[in-house]
Amino acid sequence: MSDFSAPDVQWGALSPIVVVLGAAVVAVLVEAFVPARLRRTVQLVLALAATAGAILAVALLWGGVKDDGGTKVLGGSVLVDGPTLVLQGTIALLALLSILIIADRTATGEDAFAPSAASVPGSDYEQLSRRLGLRQTEVYPLVLFATGGMLIFPAAGDLLTLFVALEVLSLPLYLLTGMARRRRLLSQEASMKYFLLGAFASALFLFGIVLVYGYCGSLSYAEIASAVQTPSDLDALLLVGSVLILAGLLFKVGAVPFHTWTPDVYQGAPTPITGFMAACTKVAAFGALLRVVYTVFPDLQWDLQVLMWVVAIATMVVGTGIALVQTDMKRILAYSSIAHAGFILTGIVSLDQAGITAVLFYLLVYGAATVGSFGIVWLVREKSADEILGEATHLSQWAGLGRRHPVLALAFAFFLLSFAGIPLTAGFAGKFGVFSAAVAGGDWPLALIGVLASSAAAFFYVRIIVLMFFTGPSGERDVLVGDGGGASTAAYVPPVPVVIGSDGTVAEMEPVGQVAVVTRPDEALAVLEGAEVAHGVTTTVVRSEGPALIAITVCVAITAILGVAPSGIVSAISHVAHFLP
Amino acid sequence: MSLVNYLVLSAILFSLGATTVLLRRNAIIVFMGVELMLNASNLALVTFSRMHGNLTGQVLAFFVMVVAAAEVVVGLAVIIAIFRTRKSASVDDVNLLKS
Repeated sequence: MSDFSAPDVQWGALSPIVVVLGAAVVAVLVEAFVPARLRRTVQLVLALAATAGAILAVALLWGGVKDDGGTKVLGGSVLVDGPTLVLQGTIALLALLSILIIADRTATGEDAFAPSAASVPGSDYEQLSRRLGLRQTEVYPLVLFATGGMLIFPAAGDLLTLFVALEVLSLPLYLLTGMARRRRLLSQEASMKYFLLGAFASALFLFGIVLVYGYCGSLSYAEIASAVQTPSDLDALLLVGSVLILAGLLFKVGAVPFHTWTPDVYQGAPTPITGFMAACTKVAAFGALLRVVYTVFPDLQWDLQVLMWVVAIATMVVGTGIALVQTDMKRILAYSSIAHAGFILTGIVSLDQAGITAVLFYLLVYGAATVGSFGIVWLVREKSADEILGEATHLSQWAGLGRRHPVLALAFAFFLLSFAGIPLTAGFAGKFGVFSAAVAGGDWPLALIGVLASSAAAFFYVRIIVLMFFTGPSGERDVLVGDGGGASTAAYVPPVPVVIGSDGTVAEMEPVGQVAVVTRPDEALAVLEGAEVAHGVTTTVVRSEGPALIAITVCVAITAILGVAPSGIVSAISHVAHFLP
Repeated sequence: MSLVNYLVLSAILFSLGATTVLLRRNAIIVFMGVELMLNASNLALVTFSRMHGNLTGQVLAFFVMVVAAAEVVVGLAVIIAIFRTRKSASVDDVNLLKS
């Protein structure tokens, strides 16, 4: 025991993870030592460089992995194989685009985050911090830590690494959820719900790990897989353990019946964070789920198949069904993301080689459209007579948007068509991939339900498009009284008549460079007291500094290119889509 | 004493924790339930580690402790922020988000 030999670590293979986590640590130091006025610039450059560096590192590793099939790093704790690289590249790209949206500000220098998240909503301290124009740059290190966790999550080669990665990606997201500048009560509430449910799910996940360890005596995927092949009299331990582990992963994915947090958290979180979370978390969690289902528990498929079938069907049906009756844009997108989780699950359940490629491709496609669409939701704002308010998330506020802002509305319509899976958008290629993998794996009923659910889903996507382009922004109308979700919607939209572009013009913005001063009592707190806050609210597209538009453009380009010519990317993915044993 | 007794104790503690999370209404108590679940897992880990004669379980138990500490930091921050706003930590009072 006396001689200690240093472990041999292949840092090269770990480079995407090391770059992002290293930058996150540096970003914490930046927060402490760089003067306030430079901080945002430094943080932004660092975050963009880190995610771009991760993409570059993935590109550099690609050739080697394509040739030798991948390497086991850190004694098998991290597996750098083809699917890992595809997922890491996807996550880093989507994180880069999300950071562009997170960094974007309105012409008055307002970003999506509270000037001081610790201040009590509606307090004097909050007013003061708004007046002083304080900014939260902690957002960038938090996003980088979350991204780092997400990069590890699908690459994990044992359950310990999986658990730690799960927490590293979750904890920053709990905080980011509670930092919205507007509607802070909703944001804090979403944060608490996400935290309590997330902690509960990860405790169940941990107990699953414990039981599987009790059965196998090891945490390594490879050793668990070989232990699973030899039956013993403790099978119950293994079965309960594997179900709990899958439940933990399905919670992160947002699959029914573990989906209840999704709409609340997506609605309450700052919109740029919602986009980041919806896209990147889902990619990472599905990556980990894919690896666990394909390499750790394939011999349990007779036992687990029924469970996965039920979850996949319930997710598709519930996600689509509830989305049909929603009236809030962010909730619609949340339920749509639940439905998409169901579609992706059909590709995973198939346990077919083609399923790996299809799922990896679908995740890229879904992620790009999600980041882009939440970016647009962030730009569409409520506007009172003299100032820009929060996001105009109620569906009726989007009426006629296509007439006043045709380009942005077209981009949004394009994302919705991709979600719906209309041919010539990337969503079609993605759905075709997972459904044909399900058929090839012998699960044609799943594919059938998937196709039916997608056609039902197409209805509410098209309804939004019709609303944007073919419904006039006509005079005054009351968005709340007699509306589908009447009373409950009133909880966050002030109960006053909402005027939608009655003058047909978009009113002027505040001059550039002026710090936004909010003189009204905080809207969310006022809602609590039942007070009326805003009068004559119109919908407008906020003029921003530009990064969000770049990100949205890139997302449109990805969706278009992968829709018209998916074969290049699909064959590139299928060449490397082999898990290390 | 048989090692299985420790596993039974761990299962009882875990169930108590899960029941607390599902039934109690105060966010702090709910959070304590989660902590109880994590620590029940630790007890089971150490017992299994002893049964299998390897140290993996004990190592994981250390990681779980660190993660639990990090979770406390984040969780209490969130709960305190809510409490200062609403003067209440009841999970029934947070009901603004509905479909």
